Amino acid sequence: MTALLIRDLRLAFRAGGGFGLGLAFFLLVAVLVPLGVGPEGATLARIAPGILWVGALLACLLSLDRIFALDFEDGSLDLLATSPIPLEGVVAIKALAHWLVTGLPLTLAAPVLGVLLNLPGPGYLWLVASLAVGTPALSVIGAFGAALTVGIKRGGLLLSLLVLPLYVPTLIFGAEVVKRGATGAGVSVPLLLLAGITAGAVALLPFAAAAAIRVNLR
Amino acid sequence: MELVVNTLAVARGGLTVLEGVSFVLAPGAALILRGPNGVGKTTLLRTLAGLQPAVAGTVSVPPESLTYAAHADGLKAVLTVEENLQFWAAIHGVGGVTEAMAQMNLTDLRARRAANLSAGQKRRLGLARLLVTGRPVWVLDEPTVSLDVASVALFAGVVRAHLAGGGMALIATHIDLGLAEAAVLDLGPYKAKAPVAPGGFDEAFT
Repeated sequence: MTALLIRDLRLAFRAGGGFGLGLAFFLLVAVLVPLGVGPEGATLARIAPGILWVGALLACLLSLDRIFALDFEDGSLDLLATSPIPLEGVVAIKALAHWLVTGLPLTLAAPVLGVLLNLPGPGYLWLVASLAVGTPALSVIGAFGAALTVGIKRGGLLLSLLVLPLYVPTLIFGAEVVKRGATGAGVSVPLLLLAGITAGAVALLPFAAAAAIRVNLR
Repeated sequence: MELVVNTLAVARGGLTVLEGVSFVLAPGAALILRGPNGVGKTTLLRTLAGLQPAVAGTVSVPPESLTYAAHADGLKAVLTVEENLQFWAAIHGVGGVTEAMAQMNLTDLRARRAANLSAGQKRRLGLARLLVTGRPVWVLDEPTVSLDVASVALFAGVVRAHLAGGGMALIATHIDLGLAEAAVLDLGPYKAKAPVAPGGFDEAFT
């Protein structure tokens, strides 16, 4: 399993691997929104939590279709399905690799971009915390969506339509954590709900995704 | 352990293409599958490899003892020859990457990225993967596509060495591999009959 993780990370970081795509998109959103909305600090501070979370979510969405599509096209997915690693494990590892390449850099870059959006001081800690807790759910849900659409040519649109509704709870609770954190209110309820969504997704969706891949490989 | 396939029926796209396929493959033996395009060779091999369920019939060995090689080699273009093989060796928990490269005449290409290989070299790398799976039954779908004569002979030698070590091979191919000792199974007679409409259905129209 470690070999699969190392291979996926190596592929992501080599030329054409797509590392940095999500990060660049996130950066663009955070840079362009203040230019579009205007420089009033109060307005920006109010919308910053939502913009940062929406930006992170869309940045995650951008690279989802690569999770299985590339392996499907070159035949690796067939070979992985017949390998000693259970397909559930393959899904979990590939979701983890996606998170390490997309979710983790987003989480680390978010405080810097928070400055651009005039995020109030107490919000930074909760921004990082909510992204750290919430982005794994985005990767796992995304892997499930990618598994459902594997084998469909140009499945990106269908994938987005399938995955976006599933992302909504994560977005609502994630942004709520930052919003409350920025105003100094208690964050434990939305943070725990966010953690609950992530834990549930990580526990259940690899099995659903593996089942979807088995059907799609037939 | 021998591979016993008993009255197997396989379907593609919901339509049964082959039925009643039965054969026995003893350790050290190879079986060549023949049949016209579309008869269901690939479907049969994918079913044996566990990638799709059989419609009917039994296979005596679990899919875990088979390894499958098809038209797509499962290579990553940005990884080198050696890295590609090391990955599959690690997945299967076996070593022998250097020997596999030597056997398929890839040692000189070890540091080259798969993107820069010719079609035949890619095929050789895809076939070298079989050697690092450590699995006894090789299920090969047109293994010689884009190989030149020398490479076909090289691969036949590799298959023969695998058989000599107690392995088995099931090969769907149109060309002669030079494996004179291998049995040949023509899949034509196993072609599924066209589905017959159920009796009750016709009555409405008579």
